[in-house]
Amino acid sequence: MAEKTYEERFAEFEAYIARGEKIEPGDWMPEEYRSELIRMMSQHAHSEIVGQLPEGNWIPYAPGFRRKLTLIAKVQDEAGHGQLLYRAAETLGKSREDMIEELLTGKAKYANVFNYPTPTWADVGIIGWLVDTSAVVNQTMLAQGSYGPYARAMKRICYEEAFHIKQGYDSIVALANGTPEQRAMVQDAINRWWYPTLMMSGPPSKLSEHTERSMRWRIKTKTNEQVRQEFVDLIVPQIRALGFDVPDPNCKYNEQTGHYDYTEPDWEELKRVVNGDGPCNKERLEVRRRAHEEGRWVREALAISKHKRAA
Amino acid sequence: MGAGSVGHKQAQTSGMMDTQWETYEVFHQTRRGDAHVHVGAVHAPDPQMALQMARDQFARRLKCSSLWVVRSADITMTDYQDEAFFAQVFDKSYRDPKAFESPEKGKDDGC
Repeated sequence: MAEKTYEERFAEFEAYIARGEKIEPGDWMPEEYRSELIRMMSQHAHSEIVGQLPEGNWIPYAPGFRRKLTLIAKVQDEAGHGQLLYRAAETLGKSREDMIEELLTGKAKYANVFNYPTPTWADVGIIGWLVDTSAVVNQTMLAQGSYGPYARAMKRICYEEAFHIKQGYDSIVALANGTPEQRAMVQDAINRWWYPTLMMSGPPSKLSEHTERSMRWRIKTKTNEQVRQEFVDLIVPQIRALGFDVPDPNCKYNEQTGHYDYTEPDWEELKRVVNGDGPCNKERLEVRRRAHEEGRWVREALAISKHKRAA
Repeated sequence: MGAGSVGHKQAQTSGMMDTQWETYEVFHQTRRGDAHVHVGAVHAPDPQMALQMARDQFARRLKCSSLWVVRSADITMTDYQDEAFFAQVFDKSYRDPKAFESPEKGKDDGC
């Protein structure tokens, strides 16, 4: 059997994806496909790991035993999602060790939204309801992507995120039916999380060859704007149905487009926060590093017990 | 090379990083009688811990009656590039029940 040329393999790869088939770990793939996916998947994994922290802070203070159990379960899910994604990214040839190291040394990026503080209990509900709705819109899109291990992980993750959204919404409804102070607390949280949540879907996609290629290779199946618009269309009626305001005077339903108009977030802020200069970046990484150090003895004990058993 | 073993490195216990354990592929059986289905992989230092990790990762919510774990490195897999391996070199419809007529629902006239 004659060796195929790069051009032949490349054409086969593109034809595969065009037919709607999945790429699997053993398959030939262009280096750009591999590196773009490693970048996306490792950032996604880091976001899940760091995403435990803003809500995790509230576990000791959750109002009531049921909410506490629910919150622990949710935070555990985020840890599980991180593990699933590291594993999926590893199938492209980068080790979990390397990815974790990049996170701990501050080299890696992760979702902007987890660098904002959670000063009130309403923030926890808003993360579940708003932030996770945005995440699910994005992840439902990614579940249609061409890389098998990533798409499979997304399906499972979306299932669990449905629980995250519902528990967040449930706790917000409880506050919405509460005192004027509790309602004010929810409105304040919506005001603070609105723009960071809009930023999650990423800056406006440049009409570049790069974007065009990502779409053609189904690394993404929608543009950042499409994902953001889908989120806005979903969430605005929900916010208003509970009698809260969207903190954007321009946010109106547009009869012509059939979508909600909204004001673009401050993209300079996104750049700053993703590059390490958000309100909580330093704290988040310090907590991760401490957790890694404090867990070392457990990992070492497990490794030793393995050697003893093998001996 | 097993899908799960791509990018696999030996565990190391020195230096800052020490979590690159081996991976184990996880097979999940929802109910007795069902097939065990591959659901993903976990990192673990040994098979017993792999079962614990697999339970926490893949069986912490919905029903599960049994889990299998197997070292990713122990899986032998076909090569996607080797299309000849599964090639149907000639018509194999003679193996296919759908290629044959079903018996007619006979009428029992008693003779």
